[in-house]
Amino acid sequence: MIEVIAFYLFAGLAIVAGLNTILARNPVHSVLWLILAFFNAAGLMVLLQAEFIAMLLVIVYVGAVAVLFLFVVMMLDIDFATLRAGFIRNFPLGLGIALVLLAELVMGVGAYHAGGLQLGVADGHGAAIAGASNTAAVGALLYSRYLFLFEAAGFVLLVAMIGAIVLTHRERGDVRSQNISRQVARRPDDAIVNVQPEVGKGVQL
Amino acid sequence: MIGIEHYVAVSSILFVLGVLGIFLNRKNIIIILMAIELILLAVSLNMVAFSHYLHDLVGQIFSMFILTVAAGESAVGLAILVIYFRGRGTIAVDDVNQMKG
Repeated sequence: MIEVIAFYLFAGLAIVAGLNTILARNPVHSVLWLILAFFNAAGLMVLLQAEFIAMLLVIVYVGAVAVLFLFVVMMLDIDFATLRAGFIRNFPLGLGIALVLLAELVMGVGAYHAGGLQLGVADGHGAAIAGASNTAAVGALLYSRYLFLFEAAGFVLLVAMIGAIVLTHRERGDVRSQNISRQVARRPDDAIVNVQPEVGKGVQL
Repeated sequence: MIGIEHYVAVSSILFVLGVLGIFLNRKNIIIILMAIELILLAVSLNMVAFSHYLHDLVGQIFSMFILTVAAGESAVGLAILVIYFRGRGTIAVDDVNQMKG
């Protein structure tokens, strides 16, 4: 019983939060609704006994991606009112496409119920280890059979990180930065001069 | 008891909301990126639901990879957004025609 209540709570809140994410007038509110949607989806995943993915969702999305969005929204000085200009005009088209898509998804589930689709049967290599926690079972599978995919995912993150740094980095002309090769190449002959000034005369620099 | 259909319904609705968000906020690329995150969340939830009901952890592994790609995508997307704003002073995607595509 408590599971059913929790499911409807999380599912309802996730849908309400998703709806508000796309309808909110202020993008900061949008980000906050998105965070709520992610929290509730994480709750749904806990109900599905996938605790590791749920915690990962909270850490990665709420802790990193949503904060990234929040920073970008707050740092860019944008008049969001003008960006909403086509909202009403696009509404019927968007709603029509959304309804068609939803109908297609419902028909897909219907086709499955009618026996028209055969879901693949698990071949057993992904079965949970008896007695082990979800995290341990996911880790055992990830670091053995899916090791190369895991490495590839790491490379995806590395490339994304380098790409983001290269894209946003800019050379500023108005700062005096250290030029190490010039410093190293400098010799005493270029820098030091011995002079014998006459008495009563200054030194010309 | 909660069956897999319930979870599939929730993730379908979230997916459709994400698609609707892209159409409604066609000018505001920040909201478009958030809608894409919503779509990826729906797919991820679907993967985890099927993983639970088919007793196969591979769905959760793939859900993790979806998470990885989504994080990279949003980082690069926001970086492009920031340099675009730096050059143009606006983020209206209607007049993005520098590449004459």
